Amino acid sequence: MADTLTVSGNRALMIEEPLIFELGHPGRVGVDLPAPAPVDFDRLGGCRRSEPAALPDLAEPQAVRHYTRLSQKNYGIDTGFYPLGSCTMKHNPRLAEKMARLPGFADVHPFQPVGTIQGALEVIDSLAGWLKALTGMPAVAMTPAAGAHGEWCGLMAIRACLEARGQGHRRRVLVPESAHGTNPASAAMCGFSVDSIPAKDDGRVDLAALTAKLGDDVACLMLTNPNTCGLFESEIIAIAGAVHGAGAFFYCDGANFNAIVGRVRIADLGIDAMHINLHKTFSTPHGGGGPGAGPTVLSAELAPFAPLPFVVHGTDGFRLIEHAHDAPGHQPFGRIKGYHGQFGVFVRALAYIMSMGADGLRQASSDAVLNANYLLARLNDALSPSFAGPCMHECLFDDRFLKDTGVTTLDFAKALIDEGYHPMTMYFPLVVHGALLMEPTETESRETLDAFVAVVRALAAKAKAGQAEEFKQAPRFTPRRRLDETLAARTPILRWRPPADRQAAE
Amino acid sequence: MSEIRFTKDHEWIHVDGGIGTVGITDYAQSQLGDVVFVELPEAGRNVTQGGEAAVVESVKAASEVYSPVAGTVVESNGALADKPGLINEEPEAGAWMFKLRLADPGQLASLMDRAAYETYLSTL
Repeated sequence: MADTLTVSGNRALMIEEPLIFELGHPGRVGVDLPAPAPVDFDRLGGCRRSEPAALPDLAEPQAVRHYTRLSQKNYGIDTGFYPLGSCTMKHNPRLAEKMARLPGFADVHPFQPVGTIQGALEVIDSLAGWLKALTGMPAVAMTPAAGAHGEWCGLMAIRACLEARGQGHRRRVLVPESAHGTNPASAAMCGFSVDSIPAKDDGRVDLAALTAKLGDDVACLMLTNPNTCGLFESEIIAIAGAVHGAGAFFYCDGANFNAIVGRVRIADLGIDAMHINLHKTFSTPHGGGGPGAGPTVLSAELAPFAPLPFVVHGTDGFRLIEHAHDAPGHQPFGRIKGYHGQFGVFVRALAYIMSMGADGLRQASSDAVLNANYLLARLNDALSPSFAGPCMHECLFDDRFLKDTGVTTLDFAKALIDEGYHPMTMYFPLVVHGALLMEPTETESRETLDAFVAVVRALAAKAKAGQAEEFKQAPRFTPRRRLDETLAARTPILRWRPPADRQAAE
Repeated sequence: MSEIRFTKDHEWIHVDGGIGTVGITDYAQSQLGDVVFVELPEAGRNVTQGGEAAVVESVKAASEVYSPVAGTVVESNGALADKPGLINEEPEAGAWMFKLRLADPGQLASLMDRAAYETYLSTL
């Protein structure tokens, strides 16, 4: 901001936008409303606020411009290439959006009598049918609201099953070093202790080390396949055998199911439970773009413990099972989310699946793997690949190619921002030094990949040519220059205060 | 008698009269980057050798700190709560993380002395 050359501080389309609170002007309104009648009794059980909410007063065009400008500062999958590894940022088809906006789906309410929402229940049931067919698993819990929530759901089902068997003493969960951080977190949330499994030099789980850690107190193994290094766990059948042999369950983190959907039925791998990130594998909006959904497929042994509610085929249409006593033979471990799951996401995922068809889904996972291998092959000599290829849906590099250049992975990512790209994932997985993890997804064309490769190769050449200073100054063309992440993390300012308050506080 | 010993996971322990003071090494802080948050064990907690005892979070990642030896925590460094950056500034002095009463001083023999640790660093 300080180095702009304009009077306004704006740089053409890049407009300096204050906080909405700073734009407010007391008494300014967008609409005229009659003054509310005075209220002389308490309708809020003593919770009525004692002072005004201090919301900013704005005219309608001000509010519209404010949010439009903020949206223009965003970089999303609709803006450009977004190779964020492990996060699978792929195109959200507009057909799925259109289906989700049909009034029959968008306007239904979870409290409606089931007789009036048979179509919505059929959507949940049809999607469940697809997920079971694609994984080969007999049951699926549809309500988890995100991937990590699905992990937790699967672990809760495992815990309930172990307790029902009188094996509640099994409290240890084995998690490989390369796992998503959510795996140990979910296990800890379930009251399990976490034991780390080392990897071999080829980036895959060390079966001997895993076997040595198995014992009578192990509840389950949590394994991501393909793993976070973008590698297929080639010994997975033997791993499943060893885990089951020790009387434990095999949980699979299905975050990377998008690499194998239509090609591998996870039931054939010996997996007992796996969540599926609908926002990754089935192209629903992601992160700030919309709520996630993490349906969790379960083996026959775990199925009776699935959480409420769930949809069943009744004698007269679909029924929603809301209470344990309505489900003979089931011992649900509880309810993990209000209502029936992320319904709007279900509609989008089902629309995507039906528009792709089984052959299209197989083609999509194949193309995702092909694109990642194309990046790996074209960047192989310019960066430093962490493991020998081929890879699955994402390719992993480490920072050896930056050795002695004075440029770090973080600097490299900031330089990519200046080039108009969202950077790849940095410093994850932790098993390699200074990781750069790239996931192109199946939706990118060869032209897009070639353009990205040209930029990455040029930046790598610049770093090796001793132009570290340029990297240290990046990003140079963004609304703000390099942010002080340390200061922001150590002393975050989480709440706006009026200038008078701020002065008084000093 | 006092001595400083190191682990392969880059913790140091300085022992004086049955009480060990534990922190992370200068190499560890340089690899972590700017530390923004520290979670320390409470007094009275029992820790095992190689078991998780504390967590340091940097702008890059959160990492566990393992106890170099078994023992009972007697004190943690309250100064780090307000000033986690101390770990970057003086990792092997003012930014000690916790003190513990050693369960088995014999475990110290399994750790490296400074010369051995420096040799180990040169192999990384």
